[in-house]
Amino acid sequence: MQLALFIIFGLLAVLGAFNLLAQKHPINSALSLIVVMMSLAVLYFSLGAEFLAAAQVIVYSGAIMVLFVFVIMLLNAGEEEHTDDSKVASIVGFPGAAAVFCLLTFVFLKEKATLGFSHLESALGGAVSNIVEISHVLFTKLLLPFEVTSILVLVAILGAVVLARKEL
Amino acid sequence: MVPISYYLILAAILFCVGIAAFLIKRNVITVFMSIELMLNAVNLTFVAFSHRWHQISGQIFVFFVMVVAAAEAAVGLAIIIALFRARQTLNIDQVDLMKN
Repeated sequence: MQLALFIIFGLLAVLGAFNLLAQKHPINSALSLIVVMMSLAVLYFSLGAEFLAAAQVIVYSGAIMVLFVFVIMLLNAGEEEHTDDSKVASIVGFPGAAAVFCLLTFVFLKEKATLGFSHLESALGGAVSNIVEISHVLFTKLLLPFEVTSILVLVAILGAVVLARKEL
Repeated sequence: MVPISYYLILAAILFCVGIAAFLIKRNVITVFMSIELMLNAVNLTFVAFSHRWHQISGQIFVFFVMVVAAAEAAVGLAIIIALFRARQTLNIDQVDLMKN
């Protein structure tokens, strides 16, 4: 059951990511990134992180990607054009990314036995959501970082308003 | 029963596609989107490790990453709008004022 979920939504995420790379128009890339984020939300759920699955859908697919699509529409972004400089980037980019991937996969497969298996039953056992646990830690031990993030968001709002004004 | 290493390999695939898109794409908005893809891939490793060792702190770290990513997206897109007003282009090859 969990393996089937992993294969379906893992493949969907990988296909979405490669589609982001392959598409020329930014709006198509944005929509395939939404596919990646939604499949990742399902994978979070299968790992027993219900709160993060909901937050992923609401914050990433709901807020951030809508902002991206708004900006693409606002700036009327067209298809990207390639110049000679970009050929150098693709010559270096593909082997570099493949090398990083091979290194990471080698390490993960070597440590496969140590890393063990995921158990959906133990994660969702008792039908108690882990949101109680998260909020308890967030509002007691990590209260100061949580409050600091509110200041960060406030600064980000002010920064966005100032930067996007007509006369800079 | 899925090995945790498969989740990590999936995250590695997404991260490396993000690296490749970051280097190859020429549109500044798409480059910014590939950064979001890399952040998502790292979030998946955090959740997988948090599941493996039954520690809630990994999920809280993902929560903070999401907050910072939202703030970063707002400021970054405002910078992109300001850049487009100044240079009338979204192609990063044409934004080379400090190069020569």
